[in-house]
Amino acid sequence: MLDYKKMSATDIREAIATRKVTAVEIVQESIRLAKTEGKELNAFVTICEDKALTQAKVVDDKVKSGAPIGSLAGVPIALKDNISYTDYLCSCGSHILDKYVPPYDATLVTRLLSADAVIIGKTNMDEFAMGSSNENSYYGPVKNPRFPDRVPGGSSGGSAASVAQGIVPLAFGSETGGSVRQPASFCGVYGMKPSYGGISRYGLVAFASSTDQISPIARNVADLATVFKVTCGRDPRDSTSVAFDHPDYPNRLERKEKFTIGIPREYFAEGLDPEVNAVVQKCISELKKAGHSFIDISLPMTDKGVAVYYIVAPAEASANLARFDGVKYGLRKSGDKELADMYGDTRASGFGAEVKRRIMLGTYVLSSGYYDAYYIKASKVRELMRCEFEEVFRAVDLIISPTAPTPAFRIGEKIDDPLAMYLSDAYTIPASLAGIPAISIPYGSASDGRPIGVQFTAGGFNELALFQVAKMMEQ
Amino acid sequence: MVGYQGEEKLSVVNGFEPVIGLEVHAQLATDTKIFCSCRSSYGEPPNTLTCPVCLGLPGALPVLNKKAVEFAMRMILATGGQIQPRSVFARKNYFYPDLPKGYQISQFDKPVGLDGVIKYRLESGEEKVCRLIRIHLEEDAGKSLHPEAGEAYTRVDLNRCGTPLIEIVAHADIRSPQEAYAYLLKLKQILQYTGVCTGDMEKGHLRCDANVSVRPEGQEKFGTRTEVKNMNSFKGVERALNYEITRQIELIRSGGSVTQATLLWDEKRGVAEMMRTKEESHDYRYFPEPDLVNLVVSHDWMEEVRRNLPELPDARAERFVSAYGIREYDAQVLTATRDLADYYEEVVTHAGDPKAASNWVQTELLGVINAAGENIATYKVRPNMLGELISKIGSGELSGKMAKIVFEEMTVSGRKAGEIIKEKGLVQISDDTAILKIIDEILAASPDNVAKYRSGKTNVFGFFVGQVMKATKGQANPEMVNKLLKEKLDG
Ligand SMILES: [Zn+2]
Repeated sequence: MLDYKKMSATDIREAIATRKVTAVEIVQESIRLAKTEGKELNAFVTICEDKALTQAKVVDDKVKSGAPIGSLAGVPIALKDNISYTDYLCSCGSHILDKYVPPYDATLVTRLLSADAVIIGKTNMDEFAMGSSNENSYYGPVKNPRFPDRVPGGSSGGSAASVAQGIVPLAFGSETGGSVRQPASFCGVYGMKPSYGGISRYGLVAFASSTDQISPIARNVADLATVFKVTCGRDPRDSTSVAFDHPDYPNRLERKEKFTIGIPREYFAEGLDPEVNAVVQKCISELKKAGHSFIDISLPMTDKGVAVYYIVAPAEASANLARFDGVKYGLRKSGDKELADMYGDTRASGFGAEVKRRIMLGTYVLSSGYYDAYYIKASKVRELMRCEFEEVFRAVDLIISPTAPTPAFRIGEKIDDPLAMYLSDAYTIPASLAGIPAISIPYGSASDGRPIGVQFTAGGFNELALFQVAKMMEQ
Repeated sequence: MVGYQGEEKLSVVNGFEPVIGLEVHAQLATDTKIFCSCRSSYGEPPNTLTCPVCLGLPGALPVLNKKAVEFAMRMILATGGQIQPRSVFARKNYFYPDLPKGYQISQFDKPVGLDGVIKYRLESGEEKVCRLIRIHLEEDAGKSLHPEAGEAYTRVDLNRCGTPLIEIVAHADIRSPQEAYAYLLKLKQILQYTGVCTGDMEKGHLRCDANVSVRPEGQEKFGTRTEVKNMNSFKGVERALNYEITRQIELIRSGGSVTQATLLWDEKRGVAEMMRTKEESHDYRYFPEPDLVNLVVSHDWMEEVRRNLPELPDARAERFVSAYGIREYDAQVLTATRDLADYYEEVVTHAGDPKAASNWVQTELLGVINAAGENIATYKVRPNMLGELISKIGSGELSGKMAKIVFEEMTVSGRKAGEIIKEKGLVQISDDTAILKIIDEILAASPDNVAKYRSGKTNVFGFFVGQVMKATKGQANPEMVNKLLKEKLDG
């Protein structure tokens, strides 16, 4: 057998197409790894074995009969457990949805399957995508593949870990404030948050609808670009998806023109780990050597990001999570008492501490008498942040920064200090609030070998620039 | 007890003036729901008209139904309101089992329509105007079927969930329950004319909440108001308002004061009961719905909807008066519903005589339809059939009396006038020679009466008419019989 764990999605498709290996063999290997190494990492909540093998057989039949195959034919893919996939548990890492099996496919799933991809499992995550360490899961924490006593980052920890471990070449997570870029940085893989409206949210269980974005994770740039091309674009089922004429990303990764890149001073201030800073500086000097130009810029609204985020996101979450009430699906407690007791008991035992904290925060900031002071004010600041980025992208193609202030921290290190945990997303939150694309590129490592990611941010729907700069750094 | 009996002015009761503001929810008659493509229909088996979107399943997203927006736009234009070029949907948060998302998608501070008026007429003929504050779009909730005896659980039917609604919020311009009743009738008429809503309050297609207060006559400041909900018919609204106004006046007259509260009307018992006080009122925590983009209405779209707006009841009644020469009262009756007005106009095109058509539709047709509880739009005597019948009177083929016999038969069998006339041999004799021949025979057979007539006892004329009609089985044209008889006897 070929060395599956090292194969890219492109390699896998090619090997299947030329009949060096069958899709069934590939998928069986991926499932075997998920059940062994994946279990060790606690990366998966569900393995979708039945459907995966059926999908693989379909691909093999196509190859045998000479029928055309999709651009992800036979490629095993893992999905974060907040993406709806018919007939398989969609727990969102929560006790309250521990028994919820959706009857419909997310648009993402439909598009992946029509490209002949094979969905092999649903990955562990922070409950309802609320967390930065994957410790807030009903199913327990996920381990960082290379440093098992450390976190993989969150909330898409399971997806990032399964790609880093080689269980799958591609996975999807979801971003609300950095939930793919930060784990990509911690696990040493690529993670790209598309522009808001880039990939349909239909079937993604909502946390904060105005910043949620499904986001791909890969081990190389070509795979990342390929899977984004397959899944991006307008979806009539998602009113906020954007009708943008996406370029043919995988075939446009090479770029001849030089970039102008901004260095925002606010991202290199207090709290940044010196080893992380060193990696970003090394990246800057490499790019300078290659002839790209850099200018110092300022994004003064940056330090408001975390504050704005922790008003807007919980506000939306408090409404989005109201449907989990024990009436229709998932957990129900003491249904024989008064209706209000049933709501209270179900939600008290179904939600974890962090989710409750954010629901309460969100309910509070939307309450009459506080709405203007919090939600309205935060929305205005958010608009200013958006304008600030827009202004900067008139002068630069890209912004470079660290993805996270530190490399992966220890499991348990920040779990009792929500504020410290929230600050670990300070560099990723601004792009989320502004709805612009950003990528985390695995570039260097700390002295102990922990991976460190460099973040590039681009203007709205300029994902192409992100893929191109990532491709330059990959070589 | 205070009451309305014997009061000179409807709107003042024992020195108090009621102040009423109505909020009406109208279900839009679109084929599909507001945010998904499920069919919007009444009376289907529970939970069969559902999908991930209207069930509020995790991850499902709303997509606005353009038709629902157009229906709202029609109503805004029909009431002279302002369609907003940009409006915003908002989430109204509350927990209830028939609200599967835990919030209702509605509009809050930026509704699709502002202003407008409803002009309506009291039974006395007096004209009134009620100003509208706003018209906004929202989704309906499902239905909770509360346990009957022996049942352990409330059941929930989500078929209605996501049915498009408009809420029509009026200023507190209404001053009596009778005015409220007349306002609702007019609102229903406009909703039906524009095809926006069936207006059926009994089926819940139209729902009305009322804000009610009273103030001493002459006082400008409004009194403390209560909100009355759960009225299920137009008459129910009138009764509930009477009840609540009487309660408030009695309370104040006995030295008490009204507390702000929401009351539920119990139609069976004829009382309104306290549901919650102000302190217990919900904080709905409205905020902009992030799953939907702003609703933008272009000038072109608005003009297109305006062009396709049907003629409204007031304009149609005016046209009936000027074009058909019928009385204003008749025009009001004939334009009460769009179906009736359509029917009448179709009759006119076939009958050729608008006044005769007006009489026939109002007396004969509506008499039968109302007695039988039939629907005019589907009634078996179609307007072309009735028009054809009326045209036969105009042409002299049938007498009015004969036409009524034919009409009666049409209402039984649904057959056309021509067929019935042929079968019954009901053709009017308008042939001079034929009638003269019979007259000659009759006169010859009664020389005594002829002599009487000629001696000045002209009251025997009726005897001769009767004899002629008898001899022709009533088919002789009565006008010609009169004329020819007179000529014979006088000549
Ligand atoms: Zn539906």
